[in-house]
Amino acid sequence: MTYAIQLQGIDKRFGAVHANNKVDLAVETGSIHGIVGENGAGKSTLMSILYGFYQADSGTISVFGNAYRFTDSQQAINAGIGMVHQHFMLVDNFTVLENVVLGAEGGYALAAGMDAARRELKRLANEYGLHVDLDATIDSLSVGLQQRVEILKALYKGAKILILDEPTGVLTPQETDELFKIFAALKQQGVTIILITHKLREIMAITDQVSVMRQGTMVAHVNTDATDESQLAELMVGRKVLLDVSKQPGKPGESLLKVKQLNWSDQHGVARLKNINFDIKAGEILGVAGVSGNGQSELLDVLTGISRLQQGSIEVLGKEFTAKQPFDAATMRTMGMAHVPEDRHKMGMITDFSAAESAIMGYQQDSELNAGVWLKPELVRQRCSELMVAFDVRPKDVQLKSANFSGGNQQKLILAREMERSPDVLIIGQPTRGVDVGAIEFIHQRILAMRDAGKAVLLVSVELEEILSLSDRIVVLCDGEITGRMAVEDADERKLGMLMANVQESHDPLQAQMQEAVQ
Amino acid sequence: MDFSDLWLTFLLTLDATLRLATPLVLAAMAGLFSERSGVVDIGLEGKMLAACFTSASVAYVTGSPWLAMFAAIGVSMVFALIHGFATITHKGDQIVSGVALNILASGLTIILGLSWFRQGGQTPSLTQEGRFLSIELPGADLLANVPVLGPLYKELLSGHNILVYLAFALVPVVWWVLYRTRFGLRLRAVGENPKAVDTAGISVNGLRYRAVLIGGVLCGIAGSYIAIAHNAAFTRDMTAGAGYIALAALIFGKWRPIGVLFACLLFGFLQSFAMRIEGVPVPGIGAIPVQLIEAVPYILTVVLLAGFIGKAIPPKAIGKPYVKER
Amino acid sequence: MSRDRKLAWINGLLLPLLNVLTAFAATAVLFLLINVNPWEAAQTLLYGAFGYSEGVGYTFYYTTNFIFTGLAVAVAFHAGLFNIGGEGQAYIGGLGAGLVVFALFPELSPLVMIPASIVGALVFGAAWAVGPGYLQAYRGSHIVITTIMFNFLAATLMVYLMSKVLLEPGQMTPQSRLFPDNAWLPFVHDVLANFGIKVDRSPLNMSILLALVVAILVWFFLWQTRWGYAIRATGRNATAATYAGINQKKIIVVTMCISGALAGLVGINELLGYHHRIIMNFHVGYGFGGIAVALMGRNHPFGIVIAALLFGILYQGGAELAFEWSNISRDIVVVMQGLVILFCGALEYMYKPWLMRWLVPVSDSAKGAA
Repeated sequence: MTYAIQLQGIDKRFGAVHANNKVDLAVETGSIHGIVGENGAGKSTLMSILYGFYQADSGTISVFGNAYRFTDSQQAINAGIGMVHQHFMLVDNFTVLENVVLGAEGGYALAAGMDAARRELKRLANEYGLHVDLDATIDSLSVGLQQRVEILKALYKGAKILILDEPTGVLTPQETDELFKIFAALKQQGVTIILITHKLREIMAITDQVSVMRQGTMVAHVNTDATDESQLAELMVGRKVLLDVSKQPGKPGESLLKVKQLNWSDQHGVARLKNINFDIKAGEILGVAGVSGNGQSELLDVLTGISRLQQGSIEVLGKEFTAKQPFDAATMRTMGMAHVPEDRHKMGMITDFSAAESAIMGYQQDSELNAGVWLKPELVRQRCSELMVAFDVRPKDVQLKSANFSGGNQQKLILAREMERSPDVLIIGQPTRGVDVGAIEFIHQRILAMRDAGKAVLLVSVELEEILSLSDRIVVLCDGEITGRMAVEDADERKLGMLMANVQESHDPLQAQMQEAVQ
Repeated sequence: MDFSDLWLTFLLTLDATLRLATPLVLAAMAGLFSERSGVVDIGLEGKMLAACFTSASVAYVTGSPWLAMFAAIGVSMVFALIHGFATITHKGDQIVSGVALNILASGLTIILGLSWFRQGGQTPSLTQEGRFLSIELPGADLLANVPVLGPLYKELLSGHNILVYLAFALVPVVWWVLYRTRFGLRLRAVGENPKAVDTAGISVNGLRYRAVLIGGVLCGIAGSYIAIAHNAAFTRDMTAGAGYIALAALIFGKWRPIGVLFACLLFGFLQSFAMRIEGVPVPGIGAIPVQLIEAVPYILTVVLLAGFIGKAIPPKAIGKPYVKER
Repeated sequence: MSRDRKLAWINGLLLPLLNVLTAFAATAVLFLLINVNPWEAAQTLLYGAFGYSEGVGYTFYYTTNFIFTGLAVAVAFHAGLFNIGGEGQAYIGGLGAGLVVFALFPELSPLVMIPASIVGALVFGAAWAVGPGYLQAYRGSHIVITTIMFNFLAATLMVYLMSKVLLEPGQMTPQSRLFPDNAWLPFVHDVLANFGIKVDRSPLNMSILLALVVAILVWFFLWQTRWGYAIRATGRNATAATYAGINQKKIIVVTMCISGALAGLVGINELLGYHHRIIMNFHVGYGFGGIAVALMGRNHPFGIVIAALLFGILYQGGAELAFEWSNISRDIVVVMQGLVILFCGALEYMYKPWLMRWLVPVSDSAKGAA
């Protein structure tokens, strides 16, 4: 058996983050090899190392049996590796042809090289079915066609190994089918394909082998035939020590948050939320499960007024908002909604601010803190130390820069800020991401306490354990759609895993179609 | 005033337009290279001023305008290198760096001038051989009496110094380099999406340094033109905002060589028109304030930037230092 | 010492200090280049700035201008904006101060006249900044370019007004007529004389008190009000500011108005305090100097007052240098401003990798260099 790629002991740190921890990988020549893992599992870093974009701290790379030490992408290209990045590396106002020849122009003056490139591209287009207008500018092309240009780019530079990072994330189902047909054609011609994704259905449909990454390490290599989606889902998410959360049965009251027919598209016009409907009652926790990147962040942003509502309605405590009555984060707060954001560094706090300043973020207008416009420092500090005591934030230094607290203590401070004001509706994203075990238990108890105090809680988490142990009801998000909803008593990891991958039945028409496309 | 007088006045205004537009064209082309690569260059003014001083000094000492110009180019390139070092190597703020160079040039030229020539910061006046002189095109006098076209040839086309011709000849060259060469393709790409260039295995920093240095060369020529071709000595802050007007022309011409050329000609024309109508009453309106005409380039640029007349879309990656991110 | 502590020391003290020292060292090299002993030059400079009471007066007079423009640049910086238009805003602010004076009855009490004129400077300065601010917030026009253009527009507007509209009849130099006595800000030497303290005449006037009060107000505004909080949040982390319900567009416009208003106060020191008429180019160099002052003062009012004093010393001392040595002029200060902006601004982190290697061992930095 020959290997197109062999990676051994690849290790890479970015500051505090151990992105790749002694990763091994072997990819057979002429196969389609899937690499799955959640966002941040280290897949993209690994591939960027293979492509020479980053250098590994240690480890070896060999391509078709030859050892390499890539210091830039040009060397990887010369070794026969091509990469299609998740965010396309295309110059938007260039033509397709210009984009393809960039870096391989063939001579100082462009004219001659361009003509040769045009002929070669026509040949490639016919061979693999990669048809695209060479003189169209990139910004006039659909996302699917842009991706085709990326593939052409790689092939034009002589790629025998093609790496694709989340290629279907931005595609419509039809475009995805087209892409898989291209894969089939490429495989027939002996091109090796590495497919990075978190969509398990695609892995099952078209790969030969699959490798699973979790938190920077490679946790499994399996033949696709010998596995199924729920097993992969478990491998990806990982089994944590079951958290012991004692929970009284809930006593749900009236609905405090109602979401109806919510649709939302990003700036590229790709639908990120599709027909979302749910409601949350007082004294109830609704868990939103799903592999990250399936619309959870968008849902949080729209609900809390950070992204503009486009379609559908949101009813908070009896007051209805639609696209015609735009609202912002400040409005939602005054309505009695609080929000613990998913990413505390990007959104939850300002790392340059003191703990006291971060502890009033969003509440800077609060009349209890202000005398006129004077935001009274001693009141701000006092508020912060009260929060610190209530949630046991350490060190209890209100003047310390927010950046200098540990992740768990930063998170506790944010939770304290949002919870201590006793909001009626609490929206929480990834409450325990990057938080130490001791803090996790504490945070869970606090969230339950909010429920028991009669608040409506929306809990978004990629940790299935967390969802299962805290929620009263669960909805599952997959590709921006709710693919399942159930009471917690009816849920288990296997069931949720299936819904997270959106496979309900044994017969799935799309999957059959995909397999057909490959054969 | 009969027709031929009017025609002559018109030609002389256009003639002055060419002279005034020359440094703008050179500086704007310098800015075009830099900004097309993604590096904001508000230091055009400073580089030109440093070049003005260098060329005037060297021309005075050596008596050779060519030597003076090469020295000016060298100094201007040193300024460009500092800008590159701060913004490309150390990822510093491009605006802050440009402002620093402008201020530095403004002070340094006076301090060094005072120390070397003791004339209050000016350089001594140059004699004719230290300057770039006007070139009469062949047959200019012979054709002068041909009606209409004769004056056009003699007054407008003939009688400029070599740098004027060089500046205007440069524009098609810049166009060719930008759109018809490998370097141009990569340069345009790096200003739009440096990551695309990096993943294609091309050095982003290398390209940007080259672009910034070309800007240095062109600003060196522009400064030499102002000091030893258009004038005959260096005087305090003699660029008088030409670098900023060139920047405005660059925006107004939407970062494209031909568009930028016409913007420079328009701005040059406004300047020469303002000089010509100073104090001359316009029938029915009275005297137009010169300042109003002088202000037109600035007003036009602001209106354009506000998106009220078309949209000037800058290179996408402009102003952002390139850092490989996770 | 913990790693965080060390980093705080490096970023907060060591780096800025090294940067300023580099700027000074580069100036010393320039002195050597023009055959002036840097040590003697420094002594002359300090004598000029502090050696006699007239010199001290001038030093603080220049300091006043730098405080105003330094604060103007810093307030904008805190919102993540680079206001390079201090020159134009100062110029137009002076125009506003003067126009208010001319619009009022000359007999009006100074207690009304002067505050009204100050309001005029604030409003006109703000008016010259609100355009670029609005265009940045709502039309996405780059504020650096628009403020540069507004500098030139201010210059051309003033040439027109001074030569055509405000020109004192019978005058050749473009300047307005004299302000009535009631609009004059008291000179410090006159005020001190009332208390029996005799100092030499200098342009130093009560604007310096205004500058210090304004510096305290700016500190209060930025760190003790919810508006200042919103401005700093916007500048530090725009995403978090949106999360906090802060309207960033509004913040940009308001911040630019404040910044422009502060720059406009230069006109009070120059015109109400000293020239007592509107003149041409009284503002030149202070707007750009404010950038150096803000960068050196780390955008904090206290630092800005200190940095402004330093530039005041250099400005006045530079005049002394020019007097002593025929081969130096006050432009040496301009050079220093350029060097300070270069090393404290554009090359702010030049020494950082080197300091990190030296002071923070690799084992530490592996844990949290991000």
